[in-house]
Amino acid sequence: MLTRLAAVLALATLLSAGLSPEETAATLRFCLRSDPKTFDALLVEDEPSGVIRYLTSGYLIRRNRLTQELEGELATKWQISEQGRRIDFQLRPSLQFSDGTPFSCDDVVFTMQRLLDPALHSPVADSFLTGPLLNQRAVQTSCAGANAVTVRFPAPVSALADQFDQVAIQSAHSPQKLAAVMGPFLVHEYKPGTHVLLNANPYYWKSDAKGRKLPYLRAIRLDIQQNRDLEVMRFRKGELDIVERLDAELFERLAADLPQSVSDAGPSLDWEIIVFNQAAKAPLPAYKLRWFRSTAFRRAISEAINREDICRIVFRGHAQPAAGPVSSSNRFWYNAALKPDAHSPTAALQRLEKDGFHRVGGNLVDRDGNKVELSLITNAGSKIHERMLALIQQDLAQIGIHITVLSLDYSSILERFTRSFNYEAALMATTNVDVDPNGQKDVWLSSADIHQWNPNQKSPETEWEARIDKLILAQTETLDRDKRKVYFDEVQQIVHEQAPFIFLVNPNSLGAFSRNLKNVSPATLRPQLYWNADRLYFSGT
Amino acid sequence: MHALVKHLRRALLTLFLGGLLGATFLRFSPGWGTDERDLDPRLSSESRKAARAEYDSERNVLLYYLRYLKQALTGDLGVSRSFNRPVAELLRERLPETARSLAFGAAVGMLTGLALAIANAYAGWRLLDLSASLLGGLSLSIPAGLVALLCFWLRAPVSWAIALAVFPHIYRYAAQILKGAYDAGHVLAARAGGQSEPRILAAHVLLPSAPELLALAAVAVTVAFGAAVPIEVICDSPGIGQLAWKAALARDLPLLVGITLLITVMTVTATTLADLATKGGRA
Amino acid sequence: MTPGMTPRMTKSQKAAAAMFLLLALVSLTGIGGDRASLQNREAIAAPPSVQFPLGTDDLGRDRLARLMEGTRVSILLAPAAALLSTLLAAAIGGAAGYIGGRIDRIVVTVADLFLSLPWLLLLLAVRALLPLNTSPMASVMLTFLLLGCLGWANPGRMLRAAARTAAGSDYVLHARASGIGGWRLFWRMVVPNLFPILLAQFWIAVPIYVLSEANLGLLGLGVSEPLSSLGSLLRELTNYASLSRNPVALAPVAVLVTIASCLHLLVNKEQTRSC
Repeated sequence: MLTRLAAVLALATLLSAGLSPEETAATLRFCLRSDPKTFDALLVEDEPSGVIRYLTSGYLIRRNRLTQELEGELATKWQISEQGRRIDFQLRPSLQFSDGTPFSCDDVVFTMQRLLDPALHSPVADSFLTGPLLNQRAVQTSCAGANAVTVRFPAPVSALADQFDQVAIQSAHSPQKLAAVMGPFLVHEYKPGTHVLLNANPYYWKSDAKGRKLPYLRAIRLDIQQNRDLEVMRFRKGELDIVERLDAELFERLAADLPQSVSDAGPSLDWEIIVFNQAAKAPLPAYKLRWFRSTAFRRAISEAINREDICRIVFRGHAQPAAGPVSSSNRFWYNAALKPDAHSPTAALQRLEKDGFHRVGGNLVDRDGNKVELSLITNAGSKIHERMLALIQQDLAQIGIHITVLSLDYSSILERFTRSFNYEAALMATTNVDVDPNGQKDVWLSSADIHQWNPNQKSPETEWEARIDKLILAQTETLDRDKRKVYFDEVQQIVHEQAPFIFLVNPNSLGAFSRNLKNVSPATLRPQLYWNADRLYFSGT
Repeated sequence: MHALVKHLRRALLTLFLGGLLGATFLRFSPGWGTDERDLDPRLSSESRKAARAEYDSERNVLLYYLRYLKQALTGDLGVSRSFNRPVAELLRERLPETARSLAFGAAVGMLTGLALAIANAYAGWRLLDLSASLLGGLSLSIPAGLVALLCFWLRAPVSWAIALAVFPHIYRYAAQILKGAYDAGHVLAARAGGQSEPRILAAHVLLPSAPELLALAAVAVTVAFGAAVPIEVICDSPGIGQLAWKAALARDLPLLVGITLLITVMTVTATTLADLATKGGRA
Repeated sequence: MTPGMTPRMTKSQKAAAAMFLLLALVSLTGIGGDRASLQNREAIAAPPSVQFPLGTDDLGRDRLARLMEGTRVSILLAPAAALLSTLLAAAIGGAAGYIGGRIDRIVVTVADLFLSLPWLLLLLAVRALLPLNTSPMASVMLTFLLLGCLGWANPGRMLRAAARTAAGSDYVLHARASGIGGWRLFWRMVVPNLFPILLAQFWIAVPIYVLSEANLGLLGLGVSEPLSSLGSLLRELTNYASLSRNPVALAPVAVLVTIASCLHLLVNKEQTRSC
């Protein structure tokens, strides 16, 4: 009797969720932080749209999120020649889009033409514009046989093959147009503010080693949920199967009750940094600008901050002190010779004294007697940043520096960073999605508008920035990956020594997944837990 | 009829001014015209410049607003930048969610507050007053957002959080209004004349207090909406409150103007109806 | 017992006790000083002990000291904001209801605008316009000031309705007939009848402003570190799972309920009538 009642209740619950029992058993459920802005894979800018693109699109080349190496997908092989101006693909034969339309080289031609059409304003197109590309229409994509495609660029494109990891192939001939996809899933339903439902692609080309067609899952349901506390609550109740990018506090909560469900994949590619405003046009007192432009001042701040405490207290041990712009999880590009500045208020004060600072009572003053007081802005609503700032306030108070915290909404912060330059220092979290440093090129070039600490320089104002410019351009123009590594190792060394960014920590990649979900291999690259969504399955299905 | 026309004129003026002020606030607030793309290293500097230029049509706020109103007359409320969807579509989708929560929350809060205030005024039981005061005190002591989280955890509709936010306002005001009514001289005279307590309550307390009690309806609606914003944001409830918050954070001018116009319509309707009822109830 | 009457029992004594408790809270909050922001990094989230009677928070700060500091911030600023909004409501709403005519219509329009406009945006904007070196205390004072200035519209409408009722009442007509008119009539006949609603509004508004600051904190617009307020302390309650391990996090709720109850008793001490 009770068993029957329980079954009826379970059925009622399932039906009320809008899915049948057969479908629910093979449906993966997790959350998007907000509504996707677009379903056009070539126009993706926001994260939710990127998730849908990842799960539904087919790519010529893909970076394996676990090994971090490039692998052929729709292309069986590729070759770069003419010093990075040309790439030839050999396409996998007899593939189809999700509506049965055959895949051919025409689709690659169509996609590249559409991608590089200036009228489309595709953000993905910009990653091909690393050289002096005069005219996007000068890019020629042509079929070189039934299953071969050649793409020619008027100028060398740095890390050319890597760029195709973001280029989702669209159909030139399908009556469904952009809705026809080649990924493991396709969009079945979108209810704004509520969810996106993806169904398995019946024409997906991959099979497992036993010849069973992939994906194993029947569907993926992406609920739209911004509140992380609610997301974790729902995971606990079994309403969700995956939670990605957990913060340390939520991770610890789950780890206490569901230790087998949590995953710490090690340091992510993300940074937590402090940047000082060095822009000449900043509306700051001249003496403050002098402080921020002093390498000794910046290095002293770096030495005064206790990174270990930040890792231990704020991130509950799930972070690693950072030394530079590349985290240790980025296996190829990491410069292992760099070490994070050790916490030493004594060393910090010695460095400051050599630079003309001295202590008067409990306060640090500069050579002109100005008390060292400064403000740190950060984005409002981040508990992690609030806690970090509280620790940093106390650390810097030990060497006599008084910090005022100002938390602002993101639009206000952007306004100060890019228009008014009205800030002194900022605590920022930076999300990095790609291992190749080419994607950060404009952060390091002194002439760039996002050269955060002193943008839009007509010519480099310091020798070390001039050297970084040279190295970044050199690695852009070189195809030899090992040579590029040498150049970028030196960039990392200079950035560590000069500290235009004070790299604090690399937070770990934290997530949780249902114990019934199999084949999960947590990675540090995103998506961390469902990067192999086509091979995930629930035990018992 | 004349009164109705006057109210309608005032309502239209309020609507016009509400939208204009909302647009002006946003246009001149720090952060207008900025975009996530401003700091995206994957984009070229030309793309970032092009993203900034998209805001040029909003620079002159008065011209923008007049153009907006002209389009709005045809049902077009512009396209939201942050959602990349027509504003009218967004409002149509989300209004029912908020309307449901507001209606339930305002109605339950108002009815409970009025019922307890009337019962307390009539019976004068200290325990009743104490209980109602304690409940009111508790609901005034916990942020609406946290109550909503608790409702979510207990699988109760989050509109109960709105009801809890409305209740103490209504109860306290209604209790004071009814106490004042009971203190009136004519009630003493009615009691001295031998009238029964139920009749005194109905004819000499509730009836003269009706205009002020009805004005509480406008209070209920506006308090409910004020509570709805943090509740919807924190509980991820896809209503107008959450939309307003996202529009403010993103400095999304088309969306915020559309929402402001909608809220102004709702507020003016509630207050106008309360005013008309008040006038109708006065001798 | 006759309806509408409550017996005179120990209201004055209760009021006195309430006042005493309130004052005690206020005076106790003066203790604590710098302990509120001092981080004891080896005692993170410590349970209650002799050294830390309410334990420590996630940064090793003394919870009791932070509660005292937060109570001081809220108990000083919330009543100030409530007083401001109440006085504005009385002045604007009361005068509009008494005068009537065009003034009344203008005030009603302005009140409706105040109720409709996206004030969260104003709060975001004001916060963004603050000078870089604005102290956390100055920032939270400005927040409460804004809340007070913005919060008059709802009670203003209530008071307008009450003033209109009073203006049309028999005793006012009688006073007018006796030659009393203008603002003298307003102050002597109408305003005293608004006191009960004013007091009710003030009593409700104080905890509301504390909660408004808490809601702002939940949205990320609360006090800046290292300052604490009751609102910032209430934010910890979003962590329901840790509440069971650490129920002392509920202490700010107890303090807030106490403040609200004391204010209620103080306000209601004159409510009794003799039979």
